[in-house]
Amino acid sequence: MIAHRVRVLILWLGCIVFAAFVVARARYITDLSAFLPANPTPIQQLLVDQLRDGPASRLILIAVEQGDAAARARVSLAMVERLRKDSQFSSVNNGEAAADQRDREFLFQHRYLLSESVNAERFSASGLNAAIKETIENLASPAGLLFKSLLPRDPTGELLNIVDQLARAPAPQSRDGVWVSADGTRALAVAQTAASGSDSDAQSKAIDAIRAAFAAAAGGSRQAPANAVQLRLSGPGVFAVAARAKIERAAVRLSIASSILVVALLLAVYRSLPALGLGLLPVATGALVGVAAVALGFGAVHGVTLGFGITLIGESVDYSIYFFIQSRQARGNIGVGRTWQQLWWPTIRLGMLTSVCGFASLLPSGFPGLKQLGVYSISGLIAAALVTRYVLPALLPADFAIRDVTPFGTRVAVLLQAVRRIGRAALALGSIVLVLLAIAVLYRDRATLWNRELSALSPVSPEEQNYDALLRADLGAADVRDLVIVSGPDLESILRGAERAAHALQGLVDEKVIGGFESAANYLPSMATQEIRRGSLPNASELRANLNQALGGLPLRADRLQPFLEDVEATRHAALVAARDLAGTSLNAGFDALILHQKDKWNALLPLRGAAAGQEINLGRVVAALQDGKVDDAQVLDLKQESDALYAGYLSEAIRFSLAGFMALTVLLLIALRSPLRAARVLAPLVLAVLTVAAGLAIAGVHLTILHLVGMLLIVAIGSNYALFFDRQANAEDGGSNALTLASLVIANASTVIGFGLLSFSEVPVLVALGTTVAPGAFLALLFAAIGAPAGNVHAQHS
Amino acid sequence: MRRALSFMVLGIFSVLWVREPSVAAASAAPPAFNDLDEVMGLLAMRQHGRVEFIEQQFLAVLNRPIESSGELRYDAPDRLEKRTLKPHAETLVLAGGVLTVERAHSRRVMDLYSYPQVQPFVESIRATLAGDRSALERLFHLEFAGSVARWTLTLVPLESKVRQSVTQVRIEGARDQLSKVEIRQPDGDRSLMTLRPSTPP
Repeated sequence: MIAHRVRVLILWLGCIVFAAFVVARARYITDLSAFLPANPTPIQQLLVDQLRDGPASRLILIAVEQGDAAARARVSLAMVERLRKDSQFSSVNNGEAAADQRDREFLFQHRYLLSESVNAERFSASGLNAAIKETIENLASPAGLLFKSLLPRDPTGELLNIVDQLARAPAPQSRDGVWVSADGTRALAVAQTAASGSDSDAQSKAIDAIRAAFAAAAGGSRQAPANAVQLRLSGPGVFAVAARAKIERAAVRLSIASSILVVALLLAVYRSLPALGLGLLPVATGALVGVAAVALGFGAVHGVTLGFGITLIGESVDYSIYFFIQSRQARGNIGVGRTWQQLWWPTIRLGMLTSVCGFASLLPSGFPGLKQLGVYSISGLIAAALVTRYVLPALLPADFAIRDVTPFGTRVAVLLQAVRRIGRAALALGSIVLVLLAIAVLYRDRATLWNRELSALSPVSPEEQNYDALLRADLGAADVRDLVIVSGPDLESILRGAERAAHALQGLVDEKVIGGFESAANYLPSMATQEIRRGSLPNASELRANLNQALGGLPLRADRLQPFLEDVEATRHAALVAARDLAGTSLNAGFDALILHQKDKWNALLPLRGAAAGQEINLGRVVAALQDGKVDDAQVLDLKQESDALYAGYLSEAIRFSLAGFMALTVLLLIALRSPLRAARVLAPLVLAVLTVAAGLAIAGVHLTILHLVGMLLIVAIGSNYALFFDRQANAEDGGSNALTLASLVIANASTVIGFGLLSFSEVPVLVALGTTVAPGAFLALLFAAIGAPAGNVHAQHS
Repeated sequence: MRRALSFMVLGIFSVLWVREPSVAAASAAPPAFNDLDEVMGLLAMRQHGRVEFIEQQFLAVLNRPIESSGELRYDAPDRLEKRTLKPHAETLVLAGGVLTVERAHSRRVMDLYSYPQVQPFVESIRATLAGDRSALERLFHLEFAGSVARWTLTLVPLESKVRQSVTQVRIEGARDQLSKVEIRQPDGDRSLMTLRPSTPP
């Protein structure tokens, strides 16, 4: 016996040490990848890659608010100046003209390769005449005067052409030298981090750097109003960092809070510190084993999964409660030879197995987050149950005693009797009415019952999402919804593809089917295109002749344009512009944002703009135009639809699997209880509780997400224990004290309601969904199970 | 971000200057400034103005001046519209600190703050039409000559950076009517705008 005990404890300790080792070594991730598919289609992969590492994921939108306009501009300028020196950022921009000096030099140097207007015709006598005439006319306006000094080198105005070419992308408004929102109430800037958007540590550092630069800029200013300006950040990295902090905060706070409450509850019940310590062993072991199992199975543990650690308290604390209260009973009431293991373990085992059935339905999900939750719950529950079954008895001191809770149980029983006195018929009718009402509510709201948008799961609050959308709109960087993607084996091939696609899309712009589009080829034309442009430049003598002819009638002398002749000739012998030449200019960020490099595949992204704000794009026309233009390697993608379809797929998949899990659970109960009536009695309160909670949420205007579904699984998992105990009470010949069973159930239920109830106060939507479903659901499951339990037994036991 | 560019690429110089409250008002005004105040008062009373203009640009790089003509409209307090009809249609609207240039196929919006070198070209006329002496004094050193009946206002940019694009603006007028605006640039180039009351439509 002693040897057996020692073996059990050594085995357990071994498991704990191993699990702790795995947990300590595990990688923890906090991005949204738990909500992204495990086995994506190529389009989904593109979506995921872009969300995770794409240039868009590296953007941090910076707003300076409050204070007065001058103070905001001043702070924006000082802050950005500081950030530009920080190598953490590949680019920082706030519209300040100084930043564009390098851009201008780059564009000017390569103007004859970059300008779309460059072709042989433009350098003929008539082409030159027209171009120079226009440039001279431009000089008449103040804006044109800016180009006056460039005239001898750029008489055809290619720089202006390129600027126009690039300005097709919507530009933010500018005031006092910096970008501002449409209503002028905030100064805007955009930083692009060098590190990938999914690198939360790097993003966190970058955010800290921005905050420090802001503080220095605002604090360093002598004017008092600058103190009043405030910084606000947005963007994928900011969200990821905030979400991580939120989840960590929630996990820590809620764990502490629920631990304190549960400990207080258990202390009040047990009145024994050793009992308390022992009572927490199954939970602790379960959580540790759960995380270790996830780490081993998935390579990385998602932060949200840790947040669910609390959910285990719900069921595994119950195990020790049952154990302590019932083992006392086993020793006291029922003679020697019948141990707790024999009397109660089968019921707990069955309860655990029904829970496992429920959670197993999460395993086939294509959603890594749900899979992790399934693995975590199943392994945690099994570990907790095994610890309760084998380790607790082995650790139990000989003189172990907890307070007798029979009086408490008796009071509960009396209360229950009072309810039952209403009469079985009335109660049955009541539950039927409740079921019908719930079904009626669910039917009424069937269209809006489920939230099918991915954003429903986002830890980012709707308010923050709106703010992000606002900043993006102001920056002309509205969240892209529709994209044309051109794929190919290398950069050159996709730039050529993008040029062909641009040609097809331009037709749609002219027809106002789309408002416009962006393309990396606007920043860097393909080598082929550049080659054609370079080839179209005439040689020096020919150009001179053409120019002489072109200037006839124009107020410009040819000798003034000697620099022009030299520049053209230089370009004829210069190298073509390559992607690396963009480095150091702000164009680089723009170019980068439109290129997505996957392992062996390059993609050019051409985001489409609607013809008018809020107007949806007719993608059929886009597809047709691309086909007509023979752009074979292009695909059209509706990002929002694609990601929502992804989530909706998960949701319906999860609903299907949950129903399958419920079926499996029913079969399990039928086999274990060998009676359809008993199985039905066990299941009825659970179904009733789930329906009532779902209807309650619907009435409260909550749209159910995949996490509510998980919550319902938990109701069934936890509630099945209650129902099984009542079933056992009614059917076993040595059911033991009804009062004690009731007491253990009420205490277990209280701990569950506390644990999940606290989740409802979290800032993380997924945890709130879980809390608001499980806390009321677990309580109702106990209530319904208690009321619905066969009554005769109570009297028999009470005597 | 990528749209860093746009019109801003045009920026050749960048000047950061914070609008300081005018201190000129504190100093005692010489006698001529009383006339200036009177002229400014007369101008400020006008809520709308419409004049025709002919503008000549004398640029060293060109053999002969370029000429344009059209209409200048002003609406109190700060909207100036320069509608060029010849040789090419172009509408230039200055409202707030923002200059919008519209042509047949293009529309550009410039934040004047980013283009201090452009500012004197438009702000001199606008602030004068508005009779807004303090606005003028924020940007220029003012010199007033002549009388209310026939005056000349010479504006010299305060900022040295701005003086790199405009050395002085000379505005001639009679009472609340402007007749000539001459803008001189440091390289010797200049523009001369002649104004006359609009022929009623």
